[in-house]
Amino acid sequence: MADKVLMKGNEAIAEAAIKAGCRHYFGYPITPQTEVAAYMAKRMPKIGGTFLQAESEIAAINMVYGVASAGLRVMTSSSSPGISLKGEGISYLAGADLPALVVNVQRGGPGLGGIQPSQSDYFQSTRGGGHGDYHMIVLAPSSVQEMAELTVKAFELADKYRMTSMVLADGTMGQMMEPVDLNFEVAPAPEKPWATTGTEMKRKHNIVNSLSLVPEELEKLNIERFQRYELVKQNETMYEEYMMDDAEIAIAAFGIAARVSKNAVNEARKMGIKAGLIRPITLWPFPDAPFKKAATHVKQFISVELNMGQMIEDVRLASECKVPVTLCNRVGGMIPSPEQVLDAIVKASK
Amino acid sequence: MIVYDKPHALLDVPLHYCPGCLHGIVHKLVAEVIDELGIEGKTIGIAPVGCSVMAYDYFACDMIEAAHGRAPAVATGVKRADPSKVVFTYQGDGDLASIGMAETVHAAARNENITVIFINNAIYGMTGGQMAPTSLVGQVTQTSPYGRDPKLCGYPIRVCELLSELEGPEYLERVTVNSIPHIRAAKKAIKKAFMNQIEGKGFSLIEVVSSCPTNWGMTPQNALKWIEEKMLPYYPLGVYKDRSNGEVKK
Amino acid sequence: MAKLTFRTDNCKGCGLCVDVCPKKVLQLAPDKINKRGHHPVEAARPDDCVGCGSCAIMCPDFIIKVER
Repeated sequence: MADKVLMKGNEAIAEAAIKAGCRHYFGYPITPQTEVAAYMAKRMPKIGGTFLQAESEIAAINMVYGVASAGLRVMTSSSSPGISLKGEGISYLAGADLPALVVNVQRGGPGLGGIQPSQSDYFQSTRGGGHGDYHMIVLAPSSVQEMAELTVKAFELADKYRMTSMVLADGTMGQMMEPVDLNFEVAPAPEKPWATTGTEMKRKHNIVNSLSLVPEELEKLNIERFQRYELVKQNETMYEEYMMDDAEIAIAAFGIAARVSKNAVNEARKMGIKAGLIRPITLWPFPDAPFKKAATHVKQFISVELNMGQMIEDVRLASECKVPVTLCNRVGGMIPSPEQVLDAIVKASK
Repeated sequence: MIVYDKPHALLDVPLHYCPGCLHGIVHKLVAEVIDELGIEGKTIGIAPVGCSVMAYDYFACDMIEAAHGRAPAVATGVKRADPSKVVFTYQGDGDLASIGMAETVHAAARNENITVIFINNAIYGMTGGQMAPTSLVGQVTQTSPYGRDPKLCGYPIRVCELLSELEGPEYLERVTVNSIPHIRAAKKAIKKAFMNQIEGKGFSLIEVVSSCPTNWGMTPQNALKWIEEKMLPYYPLGVYKDRSNGEVKK
Repeated sequence: MAKLTFRTDNCKGCGLCVDVCPKKVLQLAPDKINKRGHHPVEAARPDDCVGCGSCAIMCPDFIIKVER
């Protein structure tokens, strides 16, 4: 394979999934992620995999549930309204402790919204989205390279912890083209003795379900699941710190907002303002540690987001409200410019 | 010699269904077919939401609980994951013909190589007796307390007839289990539906006209009569599509 | 000679077997209540049983085992 390939973000996700051993994709067209489905439609038949355009996003997530029950790596992708439709299915995946990947390439909302980028599904992704007590591992790429690498990571983590992973991208990440290095090693998937692959008359039957009508048992299942989530928090939290050592103004941003904010931080530094950036890469588990540490030396956090203020709540929680946190945002498909972020930094430094 | 005993593919546990509910008969028929075809070790069954939600506790093969109506989509995933496995869904009328109608139609249209067992008892049993898409005109249910009025909620859906218009499906038959001869015919149909899958012929659906004595407000015996006198005239028994043999019921 | 064995504890007393027997062999025991609180099936006239298996085929709870 060539050292680097120029790829669109959506396609990088698809190719990386295939590298990770995913041979089953179910999806439905919706802008701005349809390229994932189109790419899979071309690639999967060539490698003996399954591509199926399902009758709806609901059908797609349930097909994912079927392949996941059978113990194989599987994914679906959609954009905001389609993810809402998948809510019940994702809750079922969580309740049945099934590994799978759901990709959300966010667009403006709510409702039908717009087709331009947003980050307004942060709450939906990090608080569960569907009903009940559960979490997905939520990974937020900030470059096309990360679209690929985090997709592979998503499958590995899903299998390791028997959870559903989400790659939470936005329309910009999905559409932009950058060189990608796909020459990375992927560890083989683990054994899954719990999968419904047929008893072969050699074992008791496996059941994949989430129904538990005895409250004591359902409580136990929930508590055990959250003990696993605790391990994820301890072992898998990821973030990037940029110029944070002596920062007085700290930007909190993920995805496209982080790309824009990095430029603004560099400009601010040129102006003599000690700005820095904390970029969460796992949105769940949210990286509390760098914010707690930064709260000891920064004057203010600025949460730069493409929504009406969602991650800002986690920034406040993580920094224990020790320091003011302000919002610098655009919505509806608009993207904050480096100038807008720089203005916010300058204002905060006064 | 043993004339009849519990099939191996059904676990030796008590079933939770109401006295006289016909789910148990259909469970037995599916299990007998699995035994006779020797496929228990490679069969995966998918349970619905409805009275038979806990079917995963009754069948000896690997079982998956699906979200309401989505069993054909789950089955599609399982079958695509490993086409050598035998995959069946077991669904009620709310599951298959209400919330799951899109999944049902599209799995049939795709000629997905699965077996669908559809229990049509014209009511939502588990939740206490509400109207189903297959409830009859005039039928009194909790959500049609004055009798189903077509002006308010339309007419019952005949699933076999509906699906028979599609190019996709291989086999569609409507049977019932309210008498010994009918039970024997139902078993034959169910066996054919599994054989079609094994032979790679595609989507087979067996609609079993069934009863709900509890929510129909009848004795089990009268419920069997209700099937004969009221259900079968609206839902006639027969083969509605048999692609391999060129049969379609007129 | 036909032999009938019953999983008496699991019988729900639905009576479908009683109706379907061509020889009127079965009845719901009027003087017995099983663990489920039902009158379970029993062979009132076991010698009349021809081992056709109809009762067992009809029973939704596989209560009856039929041997010949």
